[in-house]
Amino acid sequence: MNLRTDLQIISDWIKPSTSVLDLGCGKGELLYYLQQQHQVTGYGLEIAEENITSCIQSGVNVIQLDLDGGLADFKDNSFDYVVMAHTLQAVRHPEQLLQEMLRIGKEGIVTFPNFGHWRGRLHLFLHGSMPVTRALPNSWYNTPNIHLCTIRDFEKLCHEQGIHILQRSVVNHAHRHSLGARILPNLLGEIAIYHFCKK
Amino acid sequence: MTNSDTPNKVLPNDSVGLVQAKSTQFDRELALDCGRNLPSFHLTYETYGKLNHDHSNAILICHALSGDHHAAGYHSIEDRKPGWWESAIGPGKPIDSNKFYIVCPNNLGSCKGSSGPNTINPESGKIYGPDFPIITVSDWVRSQAHLANYLGIDQWAAVIGGSLGGMQVLQWAIDQPDRLRHAIIIAAAPKLSTQNIAFNEVARQAIMSDPEFHNGRYYDHNVVPRRGLMLARMLGHITYLSDDAMRAKFGRELREGKLNFGFDVDFQIESYLRYQGKSFVDRFDANTYLLMTKALDYYDPASEHNNDLAQAMRSAKAKFLVISFTSDWRFSPARSEEIVHALLDEKKDVTYAEVEANHGHDAFLMPIPTYTEILTAYMQRVANEVKA
Repeated sequence: MNLRTDLQIISDWIKPSTSVLDLGCGKGELLYYLQQQHQVTGYGLEIAEENITSCIQSGVNVIQLDLDGGLADFKDNSFDYVVMAHTLQAVRHPEQLLQEMLRIGKEGIVTFPNFGHWRGRLHLFLHGSMPVTRALPNSWYNTPNIHLCTIRDFEKLCHEQGIHILQRSVVNHAHRHSLGARILPNLLGEIAIYHFCKK
Repeated sequence: MTNSDTPNKVLPNDSVGLVQAKSTQFDRELALDCGRNLPSFHLTYETYGKLNHDHSNAILICHALSGDHHAAGYHSIEDRKPGWWESAIGPGKPIDSNKFYIVCPNNLGSCKGSSGPNTINPESGKIYGPDFPIITVSDWVRSQAHLANYLGIDQWAAVIGGSLGGMQVLQWAIDQPDRLRHAIIIAAAPKLSTQNIAFNEVARQAIMSDPEFHNGRYYDHNVVPRRGLMLARMLGHITYLSDDAMRAKFGRELREGKLNFGFDVDFQIESYLRYQGKSFVDRFDANTYLLMTKALDYYDPASEHNNDLAQAMRSAKAKFLVISFTSDWRFSPARSEEIVHALLDEKKDVTYAEVEANHGHDAFLMPIPTYTEILTAYMQRVANEVKA
């Protein structure tokens, strides 16, 4: 089975027979894969109706919920991992959600598009307008992404919030590793993937 | 069943077609939560589809407050209306009668065939009337389990219901954890809110204060408390619709195009409510309405578990699908979420969808596309599991 490469990287970080809460789980691909391959249990939280149906079709437990409404109803430490792939930049209070992830789960994993990638920087420098790139394909007015950040911004936030980064992977828009992204992640990486826990 | 012997009118292809109610007598005592017993009882029910060889494809449909066993299809070719859940049950529909054996019983205490206030008390030989005991949701589950035994069904592939029917599903999952694979709870709540109970009390008072109620012995006087029952239904109807749905359907439209400066019907909504109330009187029994609303009021599975719903759900083994509707204010999405959170706390398999709909509480009976898709997808999963 072909899993989106960023989800493949995430799944490599998740130990078998654990429990996972997937925030903004989309069509439930990650949970389906983890259930089939790693005997993982868990739930996806998702807001879009069409995605709910896809999750049901693949036998993934999905709860329709707006992440901006908070996760107060989930108990402390009730999951081994709380995952949020390509959703952090679209929520109203990313900093609170990161804290919530580590309250509910023992470890957290997030992925987000790196706004510090050179294409975006060049676009803004040359055109003076908000970049539209492969990783960020929307215009500024219709994008779901309201809290874009760079790799440097995210690590600074983690530092301020007492979040300990366990692993980091920086890849291109096709979620592939490259030497460049390894050497200069904030300039040459398009997608950032972080695995973290409480300090 | 087919409609091949019906030359005049053709029933829709996606209907289960002509159906007949069945009735089964249980000559055994049924102990009830109220402390009393029914010495014997009978249940009326309908079935659609075929039971497969290993009896794994059976679906139980639980009806709501004023529902009955006639969930789908037509009783005769002249029937204007099909069963109450025709939108969801039938060949190719979400609850597919080509795949499943679907059973819908009439609840005890009802007035549509099962033992209830308008049937004969075998001990006295007289009509029960107000002497019919107060029935609880757990009592219904118990009686339906006897029906399952009778039909040779050890485990339902799914138990499904909306509103009061959803409460029965929840109770099935708690009381009979091994006897259902899936629990599908639609537009329900784990207990009534104070406001819900208040509405029910107004409805009951409307019935009981009708001069023709005669303490529930109106059958002996050859009358029915029409006005009270009509008022109760009108009130209920308002709470089942949403403000938006009523506005969309009636607005402030005037029946005769002008105000009459009197207390007769001016607005279309008034005329509609009166019609709904009157037609309800012809098909429903006042004592049953009292019983059913009391069963709703009393329902609170958490009360036996330190008011902790999660604890009440601990024994459940079913996989759950919970569905709510955005404009339902009688049983709002927040009420369904109480069920979902209790299930999450207990790490049960649960899927929850909040369907965008402006029809109010009645949305669960409507063929709303998103709702239909969700139910279809889930039922396909159920079908795959039981190889239906």
